[in-house]
Amino acid sequence: MPEWLAVLVGGTLGGMGRLALGNLVGRRLGSHLPWGTLAVNVSGALAMGLLAAALGLPGDPLGEVTPSTTWALLGAGLLGGYTTVSSFSLQTLSLWQQGRATAAAGYVSATLLAGLAALALGAWLGGGLP
Amino acid sequence: MSAWRGYAVVGLGSGLGSLSRHQLGVWLATPGFPWATLAVNLLGSALIALFAAWAAHREHGRVARWQPFLVAGFCGGFTTFSLFGLETLALMGQGRAAAALGYVALSLVAWLGAAWAGDHAGRRQAARRP
Repeated sequence: MPEWLAVLVGGTLGGMGRLALGNLVGRRLGSHLPWGTLAVNVSGALAMGLLAAALGLPGDPLGEVTPSTTWALLGAGLLGGYTTVSSFSLQTLSLWQQGRATAAAGYVSATLLAGLAALALGAWLGGGLP
Repeated sequence: MSAWRGYAVVGLGSGLGSLSRHQLGVWLATPGFPWATLAVNLLGSALIALFAAWAAHREHGRVARWQPFLVAGFCGGFTTFSLFGLETLALMGQGRAAAALGYVALSLVAWLGAAWAGDHAGRRQAARRP
């Protein structure tokens, strides 16, 4: 499979998964706080940790990317497209504009702390980053 | 819009967003610091706020009709939290704690600043044009 197609397919499935989990969590917990996006980003970070431990860092995520169809499909495509920053930014701005500064700060802290912790946990469970 | 059509539209937008992110990453590859992901997340945060502000002012306009494709689809798939997290962890793993911390702080300012600017621009433009 060419790399571009792997990213396209992975990103399509990732976006559908994000919509599905976001809707499910939103129905259960309501839309008072953006729980859906938080759940998506934390679960995606956990999976990304596992994936990076299994595949090794994608070449080097900070530089030259070695071509690998598996990474293109699952990393750049599926998990890259599943998780999102744009919704996070918009939701934080919206909480702030509603005068809910504490909720905005809590949402930012929860996303960063839980997201990075989940990624580290995933990498650790997968045997550590190479 | 039926549920399946909604998933298809968001999925396609997300796939195209992911592909755009991946391609920008190839073009902007900078060894040492993840500028490409920072740029993508900044751009996506500005775009989502711009679209949302525009669609809120013009509920029957083109942007409002295309909102699932543009917002949950394209912007959602274009931006990525999991790769941001992985890059942060990789910087830590290289013993570059200051760079990791700087990346997180810079990203947060860039994401939220871009969303604010996009929202501002969207409101102004939507109010100005007839």
